[in-house]
This record gives sequence, C-alpha cells and structure tokens, in this order.
Amino acid sequence: MNTGVAALSGVYRPASAGLWALAWRQLCRDRVALVSLAILLFYLVLMAASGVGLIAADWPREVGVSYAPPGFMGPEAAAPSVGPALEPDAVAASPSEDMGIVDPLAEALAEIRKELAGVSATEARAPTLSFGADKWGRDVLKKAIKGTETSMLVGLVAAALAVFLGTVFGAQAGYYGGRADDFFNWLYSVFTSIPYLLLVLAIAAVLDQKGILTVILILGLTGWTGTFRLVRAEYLKHKVREYVLAADAIGASNRRRMFVHIFPNVSHVVLVQLSLHVVLFIKSEVILSFLGFGVGVDTVSWGSMLNEAQSELLLGKWWQLTAATIAMAVLVTAFSLFADALRDALDPRLK
Amino acid sequence: MTASADTLLRVRDLKVDFRIDRETTLHALKGVDFDIPSRGTVALVGESGSGKSVTALAILGLLPEANATVLPGSRIEYRGRNLLELAPREMRALRGADISMVFQEPMSSLNPVFTVGFQITEVLRKHLGLTARQARARAIDLLREVGMPEPQTRVNAYPFQLSGGQQQRAMIAMAIACEPKLLIADEPTTALDVTVEKQILGLIAALQRQRQMAMLFITHDLALVAEVADYVVVMREGEIREQGSVEQIFEAPRDGYTRALLACRPTLARRPRRLPVIDDFLGGQPRAADVEERPRGLRGDEEIILEVRHLAKSFHFREGLLGTKEFKAVKDASFRLAKGKTLGVVGESGSGKTTMALTLMRLYPASGGEVLLDGEELLSMPPEALMRYKRRIQIVFQNPYASLNPRFTAGQILVEPMRIHSIGADARERHDLACRLLEKVGLPESSLFKYPHEFSGGQRQRIAIARCLTMKPDVLICDEAVSALDVSVQAQLLNLLQDLQDEYGMRYVFISHALAVVKDMADQVMVMNQGEIVEIAGSDEIYANPRHPYTRQLLSAIPRGWRGTAARSGR
Repeated sequence: MNTGVAALSGVYRPASAGLWALAWRQLCRDRVALVSLAILLFYLVLMAASGVGLIAADWPREVGVSYAPPGFMGPEAAAPSVGPALEPDAVAASPSEDMGIVDPLAEALAEIRKELAGVSATEARAPTLSFGADKWGRDVLKKAIKGTETSMLVGLVAAALAVFLGTVFGAQAGYYGGRADDFFNWLYSVFTSIPYLLLVLAIAAVLDQKGILTVILILGLTGWTGTFRLVRAEYLKHKVREYVLAADAIGASNRRRMFVHIFPNVSHVVLVQLSLHVVLFIKSEVILSFLGFGVGVDTVSWGSMLNEAQSELLLGKWWQLTAATIAMAVLVTAFSLFADALRDALDPRLK
Repeated sequence: MTASADTLLRVRDLKVDFRIDRETTLHALKGVDFDIPSRGTVALVGESGSGKSVTALAILGLLPEANATVLPGSRIEYRGRNLLELAPREMRALRGADISMVFQEPMSSLNPVFTVGFQITEVLRKHLGLTARQARARAIDLLREVGMPEPQTRVNAYPFQLSGGQQQRAMIAMAIACEPKLLIADEPTTALDVTVEKQILGLIAALQRQRQMAMLFITHDLALVAEVADYVVVMREGEIREQGSVEQIFEAPRDGYTRALLACRPTLARRPRRLPVIDDFLGGQPRAADVEERPRGLRGDEEIILEVRHLAKSFHFREGLLGTKEFKAVKDASFRLAKGKTLGVVGESGSGKTTMALTLMRLYPASGGEVLLDGEELLSMPPEALMRYKRRIQIVFQNPYASLNPRFTAGQILVEPMRIHSIGADARERHDLACRLLEKVGLPESSLFKYPHEFSGGQRQRIAIARCLTMKPDVLICDEAVSALDVSVQAQLLNLLQDLQDEYGMRYVFISHALAVVKDMADQVMVMNQGEIVEIAGSDEIYANPRHPYTRQLLSAIPRGWRGTAARSGR
C-alpha cells in the first residue's frame, strides 16, 4: 500500500484519500475558509436552536421600555417623551374633539386600556437591553436571532429549490439538445421576458397567502433562470468530452452519464450558484417584506427588521438597523468566502 | 564544446525551482550548462518534465514570476551580458529582436482576433520602428519567404482561416521578422501532420542557414534532431545526461538514457518481439527477446471477427438561412478484422480515422453501411439488444487526461462497467477482478483509491486499457492511444498491448498517425485520406511496396533519424 505515485507535478501524495477527504485537507490549509466555516456553523447552530425554541422563543415579549438603548450606552440616552406610556393619553385626548358624537366603543376601549396599563404596570420594564429594544420594547438581540432563523431558512431552502430546478432543466436541455433544449429555452425566455417584480407579484397573487413557504416558493420558482443557463452551457461543453464518450462506450445510460459522470464535473458551477443565490435570496426576502409580500407580521426576519428600521433611523434609533445589518453582512460574507474555498477544494484539476 | 569567441549564448549552472505549494518545491533545472554557437543549431532533447521548455523560457526571461525562482549563481550570457541581470525593459527590447521563439501550438500562440498581417507588423513597428506601409510590405515579403501561398491575400487572413502548417509558417515569419540572432523553436512541429512537419522542418533549416541564425531546437523526438541539429543536449529530470555533436550522440552514445531514447522508438527497419524500455538500459543488458523479429501479416484463412461494409458518416452544417452543407467525414469504408490480429489505421488529421472508429461503435450515428460483429449487424440493432454487444467493442482514447472522469477513483472507473454489464457476482468479486486487472496493466493495488490527476499520462492510459479489459471485449480500438505519451512510456504501453494480444488473442484496431508505431503493431495496414480508404495491405508489404501515391507521400515524409554524415550533407 501507499507506494505513492509522483503525479505530473512531481508531488508525492499518499494514496487512498477520497474526494471529500482531499477537499477537507485542502480546506484545512486555508485559514479564511476555516474561519468562515466556523461562522457558518455558528449561524446554523443558532438557527437550529431558535427553530426548536431553545433561544429567542420569547422574542415577542415586550421586556424593555420603548426604544430602550443598548446596555453599553446607558439608560440616559433613552428618550422619555416617546413610548407606550404616553400613547394612552394621546388616544384619550382624541374623544374630546368628537363633536358631540358618542363613541360606541369608548367603554370597551377604556377597559382594554385599563387592562393593558395593568399588565405593563405589573411588569418592570428594563430601561436598557443588551442591544436595545424596538418601538414596542422587544429585545433587538432576540429579534435578530429569530430573524436569522427566518432569513436563513428562506435563503437556504429557496436557493436550494432554485438551483435544483435550474440544474435539472439545464442538464436536460444541454445534454439532450434538440426539442428538449428548445422547450427549456422557451420556458427560460418566458420567465426572463416578464419583468421580475411583475412575475413575483403574479406568483404571490396565485399563491394568495403570506408566510415563509410562500416567500420560498416565489423566490425558488423565479430564481432558477441564471443557473439554468450556466448549467446548460456546461452540459453542452461536457457531453462531447472524451470521458463521456468513454462512458457511452462502456454502456452507461443517458441518465447515468448526465448525473453520475457529468454532474460531479460541473458541480462547482452549481455550488457557486447556490452560494450566490443564498445571498441573493436573503436580500430578496428583505425586498419582498418591504413590498408587503414577505413574511407575515407575526414573524420576524431581517427584512422586516430593516423595514422597521427606516422610520426608527429618523429618530436616531440605529440599533435595530445595526443588529440586522451586522447579522446579515457577517453571514453573507462568510458564506461567500466559504463557497469560494469549497469550490477550489473540490476542483480536482486545480490540484 | 569549448567556449570560443564564436559562442553566442552561454548557459552556466542554470538552476530553477518551482514552488508547488507551501511544503513542496520542484527542482525543475538542477544546474544546466551548454553553449549555443552563432550560426549553429543546438537541439535540446528530453521527455516531458525534463526541463527543456523551462530552459527556453529562462533564456527568454519568461518564467512565471509567481512561483519560479532562478537560483543565484546561474548565468545566461548572451554576447557577454548576463540576461538574468537585465532590467525588464532591456529584456523586452532583446526579446523578439535578438532572441525570438516559435511555440508548439500555432493555433493558441496566434491571437485569434487579429489578422496574421497585423501580428507581424506589430513586431516590425515595435522593434524596428517601421511605418505602417513599410511594415505591411515587409510582412508580405516575410510571408513569401516562409513559403506562405498567396502572401498578398493571406496577410489579411485571421489565424482560423489558415491550416495548421500555414499558422506555423506565420509564427515563424513573426519570429524571424526582426532578423534575430537566436531562434528558439519549442517543439515547432509536434502539433503538425507528418507531411507538414517535413515541410516546416525543411523551412526552419533553410532559414537558419540563409539568415546565419543560431537555433535552439527543443524536441522530444530524436529522429527530428538527426535532421536539423549540429549539436545535441540530452536532458532528463532537470539534468543534462549527455551532450555532444550529433554524430557522437547517434553513433557512440555514452549515456544509458540516450541509448534508451534511441532504442525505444519503433522504427521502420525492425520489429522486435518486445520493444526495449528505459529500464533495460539504465538497469542492465537488453533482453534476448529484443533481437528476435516478430512476424506479422495475415495468412488469409483467419476467422473474421469484425467486418465493416460501406460505412459512411456525414456531418451537416447549417449554411445561410435554410440550406445545409454536408461534410462527408467517412466515405464508403469497408474492411475486415481477423481474430487475434491487429489492423493498423494511418492517416493525417482530418482523414476520418477517429470518426470511423466512433461510428462503427455507434458512438456516432452512422449515415450508412453495415458493421458485423461475429456475423451480427450492429448499426440497425435496437438499443436494448445493442447493450449486449456494446461491451464487445471497446475503445482507448488518445488523450488519457480527457478520457477518464476526473471525479472517479481508478477503482470506480474499473468497477462501473462491471456493474453496468453485471460482470462479477457482487462488489467483492468486482473488486478482486479490478485488482487483478490493475496488476495485469502494471499498476499497484493502491491505485484503486486514487484519482486520475494523481497518475502520470502513461499510468492513466493503463487504467483506460484496464477499464476496457473488465468487459473482455472482442475488439479493442486504440485511437492514437500512445500518441500523447513520451517515447519511453510509449514503448512500455506497446509492449503491454502486445502481451495482452499474445496472452488473450486480443484483436486491435490500432489508429495512429505515427507510421513507425503502426508498422510495429499491425498485421494489416489501412491508409485513410480525406475520409476514404486509399489502400489496405499487409504491414510488411505496404511499407516495402506502397502502391497508392498518397501512401508513398506519407512514407517519404517520416523523419528517418540518423543515417550517417553522408546523408546529412544533402539536407
């Protein structure tokens, strides 16, 4: 065993390491890749923990005063003029200008108000929170964690769906050519000829419900076109390669040649597409939430946080924006760097 | 050679290291010394990895800066100046004007988006400061000098509009444009057909004499060296094994490696039972089998395994809006292959050899004709029935770097066909068979878990052969299977193929452009030209007595190797 054969480059390489083992060894040499992998794992753990309710399950609780500043800034930065405490007064003041019309709901409202005041009175609201609070006094850190769960779920699943569709369609079109190619090209043209937002709105209208699943379907069903084109081009290139001819000669079926022989050789394209789409879809979810097609009000995502942050920023409350941005930027950067390193490690020709 | 006043370039103790990754450094050149006399031709001979191209790049100062280092103490003196100490600007002025280079691949060394004329005039205007009009006139003169037909029109041609030979002529025109003192030719004819090779070689030699240039001719082919060089440097693994005048190298080689290189190459003159390999020379004495001749040819009463009748293959191109243009790649090919014998197929690139092979295997759909394997017609067979026959004709492709899936280990490559054709009862049995076959083709069992990129070219070709053997084919097509390999490796593989034939009675269709290799392997030789079979005859007969004019033309173009001093005077 392990006689070791000097490869072309003259490098001695001990034998019998699988593709993934080789890739892992390559990754271990790359410090940036390891750091990004650690960050990625951290996010995944965070996502899983929040998914099963270990952390941030109580994010909707209003634990702080409205716009409670981050702990490191101290409570004095809190503006006492704005907050839920003043709101009842404002609401109460309005009936005095009712021009003599009796408010039929006045009694019920008064009761609710009393109840609300009672609740908030019994609960001591913290003047500061570790990373501040939003308008309703909810912990921004917990919101960011819960938002991570939503956004990553949307990004990963939607990207997986889009890249899967693009790969399957592209493989069929590129490998078979002819009619199959014409059909998928037609489909591609239809999808790309409709303005993106119009298409998104159309699909949202058809699905007719809000929620994470809807966002995933919208992004997945519209996002496959770029991957399709690249994968199709790769298959066109690879199907005439000698190793595919050799596979034909030994009697490998079309499907076997397509997915067992060619696919691993184009997987780096798919992998890069996947990483780009995860990033893209996390950002798209923000846009969709902004347009009102995103996740519902009972869910928090980075998109809804950024949406809220717009108006807060005018009041100088920057922490919600910062929390969402940092969480997103770190993940997106780590993901891109890791995908890059993974592609290098998986490409046998670069070694 | 002693250093004289007549020495143009003097290389002393040239050491170059390549950094491969953080831990490994490849010593590409380990102290190389040689001289190039003005007006003389020095041939640098060696196999891949010997460092011959690195030497050329070092002289031109074109080593990749990122990972190559020239070690201190190295000197490359050109007319007394050390080129390694020149500033980049001075080096650029020297390059192209005083020292110029012709590369191996003419297609990839010419810029495809500029006309040939533009690329030649660029050199002239940059180095000689000619005006556009002068440069153009000069470019036409140069193209005429390198034997380009219709230079006035061709000066406006783009590289893809020229044939391989014409492209190489254009490259040479560019290289000699500024009347260099030293021309470096790096495998200038390797990518060309044998008839074109002869023309280009003649052109280079003539130009060298007329223009009184010195030339550094880099090649892996000793036969070419005999035709052009005055002085030979034999390199291996970054070291000079031997250097001397061409007479001395060919008539009294001192080094075992030189002797091996001379002997490994199949020649038209002899057909030994077993080709000598490098180890025979570096280790001990040539074996007895080497001196015995192997008889070849057909008796005429052999059983026929494969019969091809009127096979035709056309490709259709769209032309204009509606029209299609038909290109007949193979026209009416008919031949028969006898059991236990080898059919050699020779022809230049574009003659339809490979297309014919792929068509008869049904890897390309045929346009007409019949293929009978053991009496069964294959081309009209429905796909399900064909599966049983598919395994019986197998092919080894030319490029071992492209024909193995880079994502499969050698083990997976070998087991896959067995799984598809249900050979072997279970995984265990298949694994054992794969091990036995690896041993048969001379690879250790540990190779099973390695990926193709971990093997050298020759080893990859062995894996490709083992893959075919898993299916116990009736006919094995070798499509230029040894052409991309070094002579020493080529000899080993030819011996392997021959051993398999002796042991199992394998039948080969041996496709090659190298006529000497075909002579060595084939019982019967088929010559193809432009899709047509022009001649089929027994292998001794066709070389001794070619009937078709094209066959004669092919045979006359083969580099003959060393034929003594007398034969060279007339070159």
